[in-house]
Amino acid sequence: MPEHTFTLNGEQVTVDVDGDVRLLWAIRDLLGVTGPKYGCGINVCKACTCHINGKAFNPCSVRVADVGPDDEITTIEGLPTTVGEDLHPMQQAWLDHDVAQCGYCQPGQIMAAVAKVRQARAEGHEVRDEDLDEIRNICRCGTYNRIRDAIRSGAEHM
Amino acid sequence: MNHPRSPHVEPGSGTVERRRFLGYLLAGPTLVAAAQLGVEPTRAAAAVPSVPEPSEVYDLNDLLTLAATPTSNLIAVAVHPDGTASFDMPRAESGQGITTVAAMLIAEELDLPLDRINVTLADARPELVWNQLTGGSNTTIAMYAPIRVAAAIARGRLLKAAAMKLDETVTRLTPHLGVVRAPDGRTVDYGELAEAAAGRETEQLETELKPESEFRVIGTPRNRTDALEAVTGRKKYAMDLDVADALPTMVCRPPTIKGTVGSVNNAAEVRRMPGITDVVAISTGVAVRGRTFGQCVTAIRALDVSWGPGTVDGMSDEDVLADIRKAEIPLAVPDVDPLAETVEGEFTFHFRNNAALEPQTAVADVRSDSAEVWAPLQSPILCQELVAEQLGLPVDAVTVHVEQAGGAFGRRFFSDPVIEAVEVSRKTGKRVKLMWHRVDECRQGRTHPMCTSRIRASLLGDEVLTFEQRHTSVATDYTMGFGEVITAMAGKIPPLGQGNELVYSDTIFLTTVNVPYKFGAVTQLLNEIYEYDTFPSGSNRNLVNPDVRTAQELIVDRIAAKTGKDPYRFRREFVDDERVLAVLDKVAEVGDWGREMPANTAQGITVHKEYKGAIATLVEIDCSPETVNREIRNAVTGPRVTKAVIAVDTGFAVNPRGLEAQMQGGLMDGIAQALTSSLHLRDGVFLEGSWDDYFYTRQWNAPLDVQVVVMPPTTGEPGGAGELGVPSAMASVACAYARATGTMPTSFPINHDALGFAPKPTVPPLPASPTNGLKYAY
Repeated sequence: MPEHTFTLNGEQVTVDVDGDVRLLWAIRDLLGVTGPKYGCGINVCKACTCHINGKAFNPCSVRVADVGPDDEITTIEGLPTTVGEDLHPMQQAWLDHDVAQCGYCQPGQIMAAVAKVRQARAEGHEVRDEDLDEIRNICRCGTYNRIRDAIRSGAEHM
Repeated sequence: MNHPRSPHVEPGSGTVERRRFLGYLLAGPTLVAAAQLGVEPTRAAAAVPSVPEPSEVYDLNDLLTLAATPTSNLIAVAVHPDGTASFDMPRAESGQGITTVAAMLIAEELDLPLDRINVTLADARPELVWNQLTGGSNTTIAMYAPIRVAAAIARGRLLKAAAMKLDETVTRLTPHLGVVRAPDGRTVDYGELAEAAAGRETEQLETELKPESEFRVIGTPRNRTDALEAVTGRKKYAMDLDVADALPTMVCRPPTIKGTVGSVNNAAEVRRMPGITDVVAISTGVAVRGRTFGQCVTAIRALDVSWGPGTVDGMSDEDVLADIRKAEIPLAVPDVDPLAETVEGEFTFHFRNNAALEPQTAVADVRSDSAEVWAPLQSPILCQELVAEQLGLPVDAVTVHVEQAGGAFGRRFFSDPVIEAVEVSRKTGKRVKLMWHRVDECRQGRTHPMCTSRIRASLLGDEVLTFEQRHTSVATDYTMGFGEVITAMAGKIPPLGQGNELVYSDTIFLTTVNVPYKFGAVTQLLNEIYEYDTFPSGSNRNLVNPDVRTAQELIVDRIAAKTGKDPYRFRREFVDDERVLAVLDKVAEVGDWGREMPANTAQGITVHKEYKGAIATLVEIDCSPETVNREIRNAVTGPRVTKAVIAVDTGFAVNPRGLEAQMQGGLMDGIAQALTSSLHLRDGVFLEGSWDDYFYTRQWNAPLDVQVVVMPPTTGEPGGAGELGVPSAMASVACAYARATGTMPTSFPINHDALGFAPKPTVPPLPASPTNGLKYAY
């Protein structure tokens, strides 16, 4: 079987699987990293949101063959080390605002939030309501308001 | 010993004799204190609608066995030598925050910091009979006293042990944050006392509970105890469990609801596909087991299966609606003054999906003489008994582990994913980790049944003389009973469905619905069509009240208009309960009711009372063309609720921050049910298949301004929270929409009639995962 190598949370990993298998399943089922969640498998619920080279993306919709040794994949588990802390400021904001209910979507929400703040800044502004309206991650418990509050707080410390 | 038999009360001193509670000290190596669950009749009766008399459904021998075990109904709080306490809770945590509430109750009575209390979810405990069911927003109501009693008994034992150790009298000792302090400053940690305080034999003890005036934890806003795990990705759901050799397993499902497997035409070929280990037909489809879920999806797409008919083949929304209309009980002609005016309305509520974000999952390990399963379950005892029956094993040979759920909303009352996983494990002789695809959830999952609600009110002058409501619904499956297979059997008494309707549906309807206004002669009746299992049905975050109350509140606005009164002032005049009046006034004040609103926007205001609580919701909605028609890729936009103010009185809020969260969530459900979320039945299948066509509230639908006011304590006893917020939220959105557009909506959700998406194919049953994910990176 073909081998595929990429960087996951700072470590080089190799999986031995058909290249058509989506990255989410390589991460979860083969590498045992379970922070990214399955919620739809077709890139609409965004529960599996991770970062690839610092940008938010959904590994349910990327073939493992389409990432390479130079690609750095970060899941929620690896987010704190990107800032050299025990918790990323966005995770701390999530705690401060007591966002999570069932918690299932929250790893993806946090990864999306970090990317959204960076995206806004790259465009020369802080996150605005219309930016937050663009976040597609579903929270079936309906924590949307606390998510918005937490993103603004987290951004202040990013 | 801190054990006063009859506290001395000085006449006129204002001291009230405290209630004493009975609990147990259990024999063991460390301190374990316990209290009986469900023995206070007032609590049990109000929280759970009356269950059939046990004598009707229960073998006498079973009762005798249970009666012989006086400590069988206990919940227990343990204190460990490391200074922590633990509680194995016989309930399901699926986001409601009940593990946090339980920890707060223990922290209060035990005087131990919250972070030294571990609350876990108990395995199925059949001796609890119907006391291990998570539903009806009942957990805090049912657990409030027993958990505190157990913790208070533990504290008493710790003090006694400390008195021995410190050679002091108990009354001179002060417990505080896990340490017992003597007047001279000496201290001893709970951990050092845990073994000395342990019971040598099980004995019954009395205790007092802290009065509200001494609360330092209960009633204060606290963050969730499981939040750190959630935000770090460490929180484990059934799908994340590392059970050796429990390989990913999915099911290829039929193209129509409850279709059957005819033949599998290429099983051998599919079994040879990369990663696949097993292909086996089961009762509900064709199961595929493999190395990754992704390979299971690919294999399912390659399967060639001949399918047999389902239960509703060829039927569409309009057929079901026509059947409902045929079964509607006529509204009576009110026998009132001929000068009375009549206000009428008929409302349709479409099928809805529970749609928890974590799909159905179950891990199963079936052996020849035993079985072990792991799953998020609201009704684990029933699950255990069903699995035992399925495998022909004694109940105690089946272990059921209750996992934290990624949402439940009523769906996890039903054990069907476990039954499937067990069937696959038995047939393959291997462990499985079974997961439903999102499409399976929409198309073969449980649905809140389609229903109509008709109302006729008569009024004369300023009085409402009569108010009749006739609710007609596709049968709701209540055979999860109250969590126990024997009560569940009552729902299946032949002819099919009748038992369900008479025993459960009517009982639940009559014990949960009300009209919270002083309206003369009020009647409310339910009629159901079809058998309980024609559709895979179930209740969906709140039972019938989102629909029942929305219909009522729209008519109340009409009545108010007829009498020339403003919706708020009319309700003020007619609400039948002081607590409801207080929350109504609160939202009107905080939400600035009656303020000038631009064209195409409006406010809506409604109330609700249930679960021993009262709630009012004021919303503002924007139905302007630029808002309604705004475009977002693969999304429904439509009217937007821009603001919501909720005032809630649960009697007493154990954790106001958690209560606020439940109200925010209930609001999002109410918005979804009023505006966007429904299933379309066409030719025997639901057309929706994922989140891009089943439109639950998203960020772009959510109001930017949400305020929740938690009212000061009223009754002093906690009420339910999980479902309380939904009916009033849905009703207020509907009322606001009617006022903004000038047209009263009569069909929900309001966007149901225009199909806003291209349905996914039914064969193959699952879509391929896209490969262009990097294109959308940001």
